[in-house]
Amino acid sequence: MSPGVAIVGAAECDLGVTGLSILGLQTQAVTRALADAGLTLADVDGIATTTVSRFSATQLADYFGIEPRWTDSTFAGGSAFEMFVARAAQAIEAGQCEVVVISFASNQRSARSRKLGGVHEPWIPEAQFEEPYDMLYPLSYYAMAARSYLHRYGGTREQLAEVAVAAREWALLNPKAFRYGKGPLSVEDVVGSTMISSPLTAADCCLVTDGGGAVVLTSLERARDLRQKPVQVLGYGERTTNTSFTAVDDLTRPGAVGSGADAFARAGITPADVDVLEVYDSFTITAALSVEALGFCGEGEVLDFIADGRIRPGGALPLNTSGGGLSYCHPGQFGVLLLVEAVRQLRGECGDRQVPDAQVAVAHGTGGILSTHATVVLGVDR
Amino acid sequence: MTAEPMWVPGEVPPADEVSTPYWEATRAHRLTVQECTACGHRQHPPRAVCTRCSSTESLTQPETAGTGRVDSFTVIHRAPRADVAVPYAVARVRLTAGPIVLTRLDGRDDPEAWTIGDPVVVVWTDLPDGRALPSFRPDPADPTKES
Ligand SMILES: [Zn+2]
Repeated sequence: MSPGVAIVGAAECDLGVTGLSILGLQTQAVTRALADAGLTLADVDGIATTTVSRFSATQLADYFGIEPRWTDSTFAGGSAFEMFVARAAQAIEAGQCEVVVISFASNQRSARSRKLGGVHEPWIPEAQFEEPYDMLYPLSYYAMAARSYLHRYGGTREQLAEVAVAAREWALLNPKAFRYGKGPLSVEDVVGSTMISSPLTAADCCLVTDGGGAVVLTSLERARDLRQKPVQVLGYGERTTNTSFTAVDDLTRPGAVGSGADAFARAGITPADVDVLEVYDSFTITAALSVEALGFCGEGEVLDFIADGRIRPGGALPLNTSGGGLSYCHPGQFGVLLLVEAVRQLRGECGDRQVPDAQVAVAHGTGGILSTHATVVLGVDR
Repeated sequence: MTAEPMWVPGEVPPADEVSTPYWEATRAHRLTVQECTACGHRQHPPRAVCTRCSSTESLTQPETAGTGRVDSFTVIHRAPRADVAVPYAVARVRLTAGPIVLTRLDGRDDPEAWTIGDPVVVVWTDLPDGRALPSFRPDPADPTKES
């Protein structure tokens, strides 16, 4: 990546139960990220966002009084924001725009807008061939992936619960986390929680909260003149695999295999070089499959790999250091908050949960039913 | 012998020009899978194009055996709509014909008694409009797993 692009601002909007509107939360996220960078709306000439309205980036541009030179409203669920980083980096390097804000916000908990069965679009094949069976969307897909994985490799629900237990350990170190101060989670708590779509219980599922965030990108050259230590975009990759429950042959090997390989190759690193890993944890199995698919361990090994406390605070592979979607915040699309936490870790701003001397971080988003997969490698500017 | 499935499906959207052959066959309780006569590829759900050879002219919807094996399943304990009784098993079934279908599993008192790999056979629930919705139950022709 010859010219280089960096993230220069990062922020959350209010999280949890806010009682605020989507655009009110978007405004918090964007203005806080810009202030973090030492920039204002007047500097922004690129906008990428989703789920504001049908014309999401257009809506935000209008709201902020901007006529952007570049926008992206790609809807790809939770991984869209990692995809946006790739597209924004390309647009900045190509000279189409100079300062891009990537943002997301949702008030789904306050608005009680989340539905167990998902969104009904009667014209898509899934409406005729899948929805009549009353599966939960997206949960039942992940549940079947978990069943397949445990069956094939002989793992247990107790081993899988480690993802949620570790996430809670991190959340107890993050005052912004929804579960901060709520005490540790035990394996028994997770497997004994209400069964929703077996083998996954309520505690295997992410939170349903308001929240969101924003990151600001510009050229590395300009970034070096701004107030924060630049966090360089070192690599990216993505895969798009399915909308249906039936298209993917092997539920245990998600598109993260390809997106990760592309991102690591572009960055010229391997998983062994990664100091902090932020992966989508809509469910415990999402994170487990992702860690394995990204190449941090071999096929079939992830449950043994994480069993020794490796992904907990102080472990060899710090995973989801904010507390993740499981214990920190999950506003429906968590991808932007993976980026925010990765940036903060690389800047050394994370207080009690700071990973010492973090130089390289990976943010990996997953959307839909293991539908979209996007990996971003970030590094401290040297 | 297991009776008809004991559940009432939600509303099934009307067929479109691509899915009409599939749904028409269900009226006679025949399970079909789309097949391309140009390259032999089978795919589900039916599409306007063969995903292997790109043909749009060679797609047929022949009847298939109606047997398969459980690829994976989940037992749902919290219903997505008000008038659905829980728990029930939703599964991916890999048809003997090749493609994977999403379905319900019927015919066991305890839905958690299913196992990946179980042999299954199609069973039908008639819809108010005369079409029928396939689900699957243990295959009595295969004695290895019967509860
Ligand atoms: Zn063909």
